[in-house]
Amino acid sequence: MISEEQVRHVANLARLGLNDEEVARMGEQLGAILESIEKIQELDLKDVPPTANALNLTNVLRPDEPRAELPPDEALSPAPEPVDDLFAVPRID
Amino acid sequence: MLDLTAYELAKMIEAGEVSSREAAETANARIEEVDGDVNAFLTVTPDLALERAERLDAKDGDRKLWEGVPLAVKDVLSTRGVRTTCGSKMLDDFTPLYDASALLNFGDPVMVGKVNMDEFAMGSSTENSAYGVTKNPWDLGRVPGGSSGGSAAAVAAGEGWWALGTDTGGSVRQPAALCGIVGLKPTYGRVSRYGLIAFASSLDQVGPMTRDVRDSALLLQAIAGHDPRDSTSANVEVPDYLAELENGVSGLRVGVVSELMGGEGMEPDVREVTERIASGLEEAGAEVGEASLPHSGYGLSAYYIIAPAEVSSNLARFDGVRYGLRVPADGVHEMYRATREEGFGEEAKRRIMLGTYALSSGYYDAYYAQAQKVRTRIIQDFRSAFSRFDVLLSPTSPTVAFEIGAKVDDPLAMYSQDICSIPANLAGIPAISVPGGLSDGLPVGVQLMSDHFTEPTLLRAARGVEQVADFRFTLKP
Repeated sequence: MISEEQVRHVANLARLGLNDEEVARMGEQLGAILESIEKIQELDLKDVPPTANALNLTNVLRPDEPRAELPPDEALSPAPEPVDDLFAVPRID
Repeated sequence: MLDLTAYELAKMIEAGEVSSREAAETANARIEEVDGDVNAFLTVTPDLALERAERLDAKDGDRKLWEGVPLAVKDVLSTRGVRTTCGSKMLDDFTPLYDASALLNFGDPVMVGKVNMDEFAMGSSTENSAYGVTKNPWDLGRVPGGSSGGSAAAVAAGEGWWALGTDTGGSVRQPAALCGIVGLKPTYGRVSRYGLIAFASSLDQVGPMTRDVRDSALLLQAIAGHDPRDSTSANVEVPDYLAELENGVSGLRVGVVSELMGGEGMEPDVREVTERIASGLEEAGAEVGEASLPHSGYGLSAYYIIAPAEVSSNLARFDGVRYGLRVPADGVHEMYRATREEGFGEEAKRRIMLGTYALSSGYYDAYYAQAQKVRTRIIQDFRSAFSRFDVLLSPTSPTVAFEIGAKVDDPLAMYSQDICSIPANLAGIPAISVPGGLSDGLPVGVQLMSDHFTEPTLLRAARGVEQVADFRFTLKP
């Protein structure tokens, strides 16, 4: 069980609106999931290196050459509020 | 024509015995006939299919073998000019500006439509789609599996000869198993992820969903290859996947994974079918032994930390600014919160929360860092198993197709559908599900896994499974 306060804190970090019913249910479900996940704590992995990518790729680069990309009006066409070649947003509070 | 495999149809188109346009017309008509019952499609594109088929028919010579065979595409792959929802209200009216590289590699695909999926590819039943559940063509009261449930159902129902799905923890293989078709998750990096709307970037891979193993090899041939636009795509030569396909299993070393042959929730019939396939392979000349993946029991837990952690980052892009839904609000933070509350379904919210929690200050080492170390252990287990065996065998999913609604209120029961498939994603190795037989009239899938970039061996072994399995593809419903 995750407390209501923790659920609200995490939801705020994720910028995710949740109603009161969702907060209560989420606390219960996350608690149950985390409890089942706890299993990995029983392994002693102190000296084991972590894996972020199964192929162990690091710093893959391609030549930095200019190429044709989408024109601004097309790139903005899926935007909820395009204004003067920009993405408009409400007041930043 | 509907009874042909994709490969057979491709050969007939090549020989001029049938046109691609006729194939497209047949697929369009079949969708019209059965999709009211199956609900595999979110968007149908009959005119686009006909237009591309005609364009191909008009070409002479300069065509790839697979190009004219009608294809269904999971709605997580971006298609230029064709609505792409990811099964989410967040992208209800989103039209991509470019095509996924897997599709561009294919050529000029005769695409019959975009198929249903669990929202943002998170789920094992398509019940998490914002657009209603897809029905299993074998039994319309049951789920087709997920997240690529629409792709699997479309192929099983003959709504297009083959389909593309994506697999992050089993999302190609589990629905393939539940719908009686073949589903392949290639080696991580084998197929470009560019234009694949990201779920968990270190695990996601596009894969073929087909009527048989030869079709799987042909569709992999069509989509595989290096892509400079995806920095994780592998710069490794693409072999001829059909060349060794019919070489048989004689001498092939097959390891049955003991940890994945039982345990809580494993249906006895699923285990039995898998054992029968192992004996069948042995009779066909394979050397069958017992393999062990000692850390596979920790795979599910590691996955449900790593995947949600990546989700919490990847889904941050759905913020109402550049594309997709925006719920108007006073101030930008309230706009973010309101948009994401309205746009995401329950499972997406659960995973965002789980991932954000696991990455948050004070919990990172206990969860995310530990899970990444488990991942290392699982890779080491595979490395040791592949020193003794060419391929590993297990069930694909612990159960056959379950009834719609049976697991929706129990996330942990739903998650355990992927218990056998997740280790391959964590290790980045290729894995395939092949129908192995039936349990009370429902298909059972068996899974084969092999080492990185050894798809030719994997496909040859899978072809062997197909030959010893008590199963033949027939159209449903």
